[in-house]
Amino acid sequence: MNTEKPITPETSVREAILDTPFKDNLDRRNFNAKIFNLVILLATCLAMLILGLLLWRIGEQGLPWLNWNFITSFPSRMAARAGIFSALIGSACIIILTGIIAVVLGVSAAIYLEEMSAKNRINQLIELNIANLAGIPSLVYGMLGLAVFVRFLNFGRSIMAAACTLAIMILPVIIISSREALRTVPPSIRLAALALGATKWQTTWHHVLPAAMPGMLTGIILAISRALGEAAPLILVGGVTYIAFLPNSVYDSFTTLPIQIFNWAGRPQEEFQAIAAAGIIVLLGLVLFTNGIAILIRARLEDKNRW
Amino acid sequence: MNIRHLALFCGSFAVPALAAPINGQVRLDGSSTVFPISEAVAEEFGAMNKSVRVTVGTSGTGGGFKKFCAGEIDINNASRQIKDTEISECKKKKIDFIEVPVAIDGLSIVVHPSNSFVTKITKDELKKIWEPGSKIKLWSDLNPSWPKEKIALFGPGPDSGTFDYFAEEVVGKAKASRTDYTSSEDDNVLLKGVAASKFAMGYFGHGYYMANSKKVKGVAVDVGKGAIEPTEVNVANGTYPLSRPLYIYVSAASAAKPQVKEFVKFYLETAKRLSTETGYQPLKDDGYKSALDRFSKGVTGKASTKPGSKS
Repeated sequence: MNTEKPITPETSVREAILDTPFKDNLDRRNFNAKIFNLVILLATCLAMLILGLLLWRIGEQGLPWLNWNFITSFPSRMAARAGIFSALIGSACIIILTGIIAVVLGVSAAIYLEEMSAKNRINQLIELNIANLAGIPSLVYGMLGLAVFVRFLNFGRSIMAAACTLAIMILPVIIISSREALRTVPPSIRLAALALGATKWQTTWHHVLPAAMPGMLTGIILAISRALGEAAPLILVGGVTYIAFLPNSVYDSFTTLPIQIFNWAGRPQEEFQAIAAAGIIVLLGLVLFTNGIAILIRARLEDKNRW
Repeated sequence: MNIRHLALFCGSFAVPALAAPINGQVRLDGSSTVFPISEAVAEEFGAMNKSVRVTVGTSGTGGGFKKFCAGEIDINNASRQIKDTEISECKKKKIDFIEVPVAIDGLSIVVHPSNSFVTKITKDELKKIWEPGSKIKLWSDLNPSWPKEKIALFGPGPDSGTFDYFAEEVVGKAKASRTDYTSSEDDNVLLKGVAASKFAMGYFGHGYYMANSKKVKGVAVDVGKGAIEPTEVNVANGTYPLSRPLYIYVSAASAAKPQVKEFVKFYLETAKRLSTETGYQPLKDDGYKSALDRFSKGVTGKASTKPGSKS
């Protein structure tokens, strides 16, 4: 250490660092950080590689079968004539209905639990139950849907019963993620609105909800994607496998893309497995399309929210 | 063939088929084994009767009977006969049924294509392998001249009608099977498993084997009358010991509806061609005629004899 130099605050700190054993340690820590970077890079690559392999395999099998006829034809016993029209329309109808029911109920419940309710035992119990519901297998929701919507409420084996069942299934995810989004809105926004004389309702509707909306949409996108891919609960609720007409009302029979794909994938003939792959591409397209819409809405909302 | 059937049937019942426009719904559900035939019939029927709305589900033979006895569907596809418990369930809801056999399905025992030591297998050997608590682990446990290699076993899971049939027919007791094997409800998984493992053995529907007979080897089965190969001919004429009839069960109340009546008649007229096309074996010629007879007379309950069975 050079004691002859004048000691200023800057030099003292600098020299204290340079002259301590930390110097050697810093190299090692930097090295460790590089290894860690490499590990997480590899993890990302591995995940992408598996996804890529799956997509490549499906694309290779399914793309040759994917054409306009495939999208606009009804199912058939001959793979070359079979199409996915009834399943595509069924999935689209169900997902729109499911989305409306689940978003209205889920966001309302989240607002109640986060903004309006008192923190008492009953509400704590409700919160605990919602968290638990998120972990229940989808088949159980199918059984619930069969008992409540199909039989008790007498919706029959219809689009309505399927949409209600799927909506109940994704409600916990929507409620939990919406609450998280509401929590990220700074309390100062609420206090400012209340201080200017807005009521609790006006504060929530005009300020808190718009601010939380982009975050909520992320949860909604994930939940709806999950609902689109479900087959098991819908088979219980009464999704049929062969249907060659379009629904007249929400109380009509239905099939969905995952049910149709599942059936084709289990057929002995290889052509059916190929059109199952083509069906998967259509399902991927539908998921990307619905998510794309939600992401667009989210981006527009994020632009608007500038305090 | 089809035209002859149509003419025969028009003549004998004096009901001009498909003359008057019919509409309404025909709802089918049940076995995924019978599904391909019912789907094919629904497709052809729908092409000729555009205003009839036919739907076919696949919730399994048992799941289908639950809906059938609740009066929620018109026709149940079944890969086995109705059980007594299901009959009493239907009775409670006052649902009468007409049993209609539509095709024959065999059950194939398959091994890896390179397996040259197994050329035939007896029912006793099959029972020894598959009975509950079976101690057979190596091929040599079964026959000392076979290799000392582990048998990799593949078979359907307990929710499948194929599993039920195999347990009753081979082990001799309902639901009786060893459990330490690779099970899947998806025949494709079983096929891939057997095709990938040199010392594997598995069983699944004959239609699945016929569509993939290059990937796995079917084993002849011997029940004391010589080894019978799992060929289409042997399954169809009933000499292959592991073959079973497939049925549709029509609700008597639904059979009164014109669209359901026409659909079932159409089913029986086309089943011969369409069951072959979808990988199954048709009933013998008089099978469809007597089934149509029973249906037209509205004879309810189980048929006394199994069509196409070995007896």
